[in-house]
Amino acid sequence: MPRTSRSAAKRTPKRGKSAGDSHPKRPAETKPATALSTAQLLDFYYYLKLNRMVEERLSALYRQGKVQGGLYSSKGQEAISVGTAFALAPQDVLAPMIRNLGAMLVRGVKPVEFFLQYMQKEGSPCKGRDTSLHFGGIDRGFVPPISPLGTLVPVLSGVALAGKMLQKNLVAMTYVGDGATSTGDFHEGMSLASVKRLPLVVIIENNRWAYSTPVSSQSLLPDLADKARAYGIPQGVVDGNDVLAVHEATSRAVDLARRGQGPVLLEAKTMRMRGHSEHDDAWYVPEEERRFWEKRDPILLYEKYLVAAGVGSKADLARIESDCAARIDADLAVAEAAPPPRPESCVEDVYAPESGAAEAPGEEAPRAVRRS
Amino acid sequence: MGEPITYLEAIRQGLWEEMERDERVFMLGEDIGVYGGAFKVTKGFLEKFGQDRIIDTPIAESGIVGAAIGASLMGMRPVAEMQFIDFIACAFNQITNFAAKSRWRYGAGVPIVIRGPAGGGVRGGPFHSQNPEMYYVHTPGLKVVAPGTTYDAKGLIKAAIRDEDPVIYLEHKYLYRLPRIKEVLPEEDYVVPIGKAALRREGKDISLITYGAMQLHCLDAAEALEKEGISAEVLDLRTLLPLDADAIEKTTKKTGKVLIVHEDTRTGGLAGEVTALINERAFEYLDGPVRRVTSPDAPVPYSAPLEDYFLPNATKVLQAARELLSY
Repeated sequence: MPRTSRSAAKRTPKRGKSAGDSHPKRPAETKPATALSTAQLLDFYYYLKLNRMVEERLSALYRQGKVQGGLYSSKGQEAISVGTAFALAPQDVLAPMIRNLGAMLVRGVKPVEFFLQYMQKEGSPCKGRDTSLHFGGIDRGFVPPISPLGTLVPVLSGVALAGKMLQKNLVAMTYVGDGATSTGDFHEGMSLASVKRLPLVVIIENNRWAYSTPVSSQSLLPDLADKARAYGIPQGVVDGNDVLAVHEATSRAVDLARRGQGPVLLEAKTMRMRGHSEHDDAWYVPEEERRFWEKRDPILLYEKYLVAAGVGSKADLARIESDCAARIDADLAVAEAAPPPRPESCVEDVYAPESGAAEAPGEEAPRAVRRS
Repeated sequence: MGEPITYLEAIRQGLWEEMERDERVFMLGEDIGVYGGAFKVTKGFLEKFGQDRIIDTPIAESGIVGAAIGASLMGMRPVAEMQFIDFIACAFNQITNFAAKSRWRYGAGVPIVIRGPAGGGVRGGPFHSQNPEMYYVHTPGLKVVAPGTTYDAKGLIKAAIRDEDPVIYLEHKYLYRLPRIKEVLPEEDYVVPIGKAALRREGKDISLITYGAMQLHCLDAAEALEKEGISAEVLDLRTLLPLDADAIEKTTKKTGKVLIVHEDTRTGGLAGEVTALINERAFEYLDGPVRRVTSPDAPVPYSAPLEDYFLPNATKVLQAARELLSY
């Protein structure tokens, strides 16, 4: 895995599963040995914790009224952000979605940037103009999302296309939710990327809910990764709450894409443990489903693994947690002290500075139509 | 001195020269490579520039524009062709939400060109004849150009490709091979600046403000008026976003009577915006109401009698001009 859908072996239809609804098969506790070093394994832990703790702090700021508008939690999905981002090389381009704060942290975004952004400060990456995780340019290896979903798949196809033209040896990677696999742009982007054999990895972050719509209302497929068959490309399914499994599967997908075989579709199965946004208490999620996934919290599972495998003691992990807390405190202090944006700055930067658009147009000599 | 060439050939030359000049320029679209494009605008390009720079795509307009955006973020200069500009509707989200807002949101320019054949008069029916400019004129962050002469067709495609922001380039298919507008173009490299209107005819009694193919009807009407001793000025906007407000203001102050002529339909058409601009800048100079000649508020019809009734023409322009001149 990823397995290729072009292989002769036909897959047996799964029994007893409802649409889009298959659960991960392998419990994370029985994970095999990994080739990652102790430092790397602890790095994963640091970013998992930092991801969750930054979001917890944002949630507190929301309750204080310091963060307004939409606030999107990735609680329960951190292993996907962290595991996938660590599979990329420096030259690769990543397009995060709004629940991929952890992936941005791994690739160098500082907590202070999220605080500035969500608190709508002048010095925020979007200067107060846009919300949430909609920031980070190509110079930092990112393409930020827009809110209409599925749109990043064609855009990242273009990144991959340009990467090939410019011989950058890069892989473009982005995420779609279970819901976004229903969009036309997902299909258009996958069609284009597959026939052009572009180095694109698309992670389906199947968190079972698109706002209040269950995955069974998006597709009849037990595995959304099976959509890869429509494009004749390799696919894979991975337990999205197992950070090491996510990392391993993504590394293989990235490797396959980099070798010029075309795009890869990888589904990471997980669960959105909070509402769609901070205002939403997710009352529509069945209690039984929530409890099932609570036991599979990706951070708790990983802590168990680290301790059981002797990678780190509980004290080591506690130290990492306090490192995260210190970092967050320091960064938040900076963000709190930052000024709000100048109101009139909302009309700036609509066009390039050298463009005539923002300036008063000058005179031009009349020119008669020249005729033959 | 070269031979006079068509409007279509001017677009071709502009694209060709820009691809020769700048390796970052490439094209993508449906049937543009092997087939050479539905109207043959890109005939011979595949042979010259190769399949890495002339990219035939699946039928996926949103995918095409999305990929152009992604490539432009990487530093490329993509030119995306819509086989008919009507199909640009399929890419509306990528254009208005992704391309138009990226610079403002986080400082990433999206220097793409989206071009395609617009306009009626060729019995194309409701999905091969539209003038979709106003969807995009209403979107800050975009630029919209609509060349009406052969000279401008070449100069504006070059300017669009060199621009740092996303440009919608509307080429009028009625003009593609129209003998009347064939021109001898300069040998040397030139651009037509985006955002600048052009006076096609100077006059003092009435201003006809127009763009695209409609300037031919305006010029015809102006000629007829001249025989009646009336001096009409014809201003070709050329760029619809950003509008050349100074040029509009100047001609209004000069003649005091303004008739706006466009092929697009009436409600929400550019004439409304130009009228508002005149009210803001030159109301005291008006010597009559701002009038407009446009297509009526209906889809573009197919059959000849229907389409001929639907589209503006010189007779309609003349009639409106005479009414306005009676003030």
